[in-house]
Amino acid sequence: MKWQRKDLLGLRDVSEQEIQFILETAKPMKEVLFRSVKKLPTLRGKSVVTLFFENSTRTRTSFEIAGKVLGADTSSVTVAQSSVAKGESLLDTVKTIRAMQPDVVIMRHPSSGAAEYIANILDVSVINAGDGQNEHPTQALLDMFTLKEHMGELAGKKIIIVGDILHSRVARSNAYGLLKLGAEVIFAGPPTLLPLEMKTLGVQVTYDLDSVLPGADAVMPLRLQMERQQKGLLPTLREYNRVYGLNLKRMEQTGKQTLVLHPGPMNRGVEIESDLADSALSVIEEQVTNGVAIRMALIYLFVGGSANDVD
Amino acid sequence: MEGIVKSQLMDAQDLRRVITRIAHEIVEKNQGTQELALIGIRRRGAPLAERIQQTIFEFEQVEVPLGVLDITLYRDDLTFVHEQAIVRETRIPFNIEGKTVILVDDVLFTGRTIRSALDAVIDLGRPQKIQLAVVIDRGHRELPIRADYVGKNVPTSQKEIIAVCVKEIDDIDAVMLLEKEA
Repeated sequence: MKWQRKDLLGLRDVSEQEIQFILETAKPMKEVLFRSVKKLPTLRGKSVVTLFFENSTRTRTSFEIAGKVLGADTSSVTVAQSSVAKGESLLDTVKTIRAMQPDVVIMRHPSSGAAEYIANILDVSVINAGDGQNEHPTQALLDMFTLKEHMGELAGKKIIIVGDILHSRVARSNAYGLLKLGAEVIFAGPPTLLPLEMKTLGVQVTYDLDSVLPGADAVMPLRLQMERQQKGLLPTLREYNRVYGLNLKRMEQTGKQTLVLHPGPMNRGVEIESDLADSALSVIEEQVTNGVAIRMALIYLFVGGSANDVD
Repeated sequence: MEGIVKSQLMDAQDLRRVITRIAHEIVEKNQGTQELALIGIRRRGAPLAERIQQTIFEFEQVEVPLGVLDITLYRDDLTFVHEQAIVRETRIPFNIEGKTVILVDDVLFTGRTIRSALDAVIDLGRPQKIQLAVVIDRGHRELPIRADYVGKNVPTSQKEIIAVCVKEIDDIDAVMLLEKEA
């Protein structure tokens, strides 16, 4: 098998072998982040462009740091400062970026499928940094990397994702990825935010979080966007917190040392309480570091080692 | 490995003797084990460095710090290579500042691997000295690099391949001379 993928648009069509290869490549990348000199000559003279049509500090910064540590030049286009605000179409923006000869384009966009759309236009690699409600593959990869660091292989592990599944590209990408690695994935959340069709992905679906907690190896609360309440999808944030909010007491039901992950940014007091977020069970900060390592691995594979053998 | 075996240059005994001699030479040249550190270059330099460390321990009763270096991210030919560019872990569990670092590799050929390794080591700190130990020096240098400790000099043609086999990776200890298949 060879690493021949042109783009990473999602984990839906990525094989288990490819996922494991990305995770393996991220390990040596992580080591570099703990050096005093965090700079490699690997991708000197290569150009990485991040194109963000949605607000994001951590994902964009994470990609930028990843590119810079590998020695590439990174440039960011953010929507507020760009001509998109003046009414330029996505096609024209992408054509302009293409003319600047980047080696990889990383994009976040509010529309599902936007990453695939630009991947079909560009000859260079595209990494999806989140498209609408579709996928956010690098987040899922860093979650899997973090889980594997703590629990080894994920086959048979019970992982619960809690909250606004309906609008979550993180939940979708994690479901595709975790199931390929053999984990048991459970989606838990209120009926208005958890469509039953999710079962077709191969995950278990429940409205009763407490009933599935016993034996859970990891729990991942998703960020609850405050606008959801205004749309009538939730009665009150307090009720949501009472039924689905995670805290140390609720976590006792798992009967083991269960890891807590969060894709960030957190709403403390809504989906997660501070006592848990800042506890020894929380790996939320490690996720951020691992995110840089995963993005380094991907940029390296796409820009540096494009025809590498996978052994 | 691709190629037809032409001859065996070393068997397990020969390889053991070469390692023993190099271990002694390292200690002799540096007048002891003070500030010494061994760094094996992946992949086959890693087990070889470990064996040198064990040998030094046997006659000096000193455990020299041991590290493993992966040079993939420092290669100058990344965009051209079509295999073996898998990034593996670099593990240097000691501070190389002020150390005499002995780089260990199986074969010295063009010198490009060593050039990459030098860059990689220097990114980790400022050693006092860097020396190089190899099992086989086969010539054909493309850069001004030489080894301080050589197991065996083997003049080769460009069509030939030297394969150093180690038990840890290849199940046997031996050095083979192969000819590339046409």
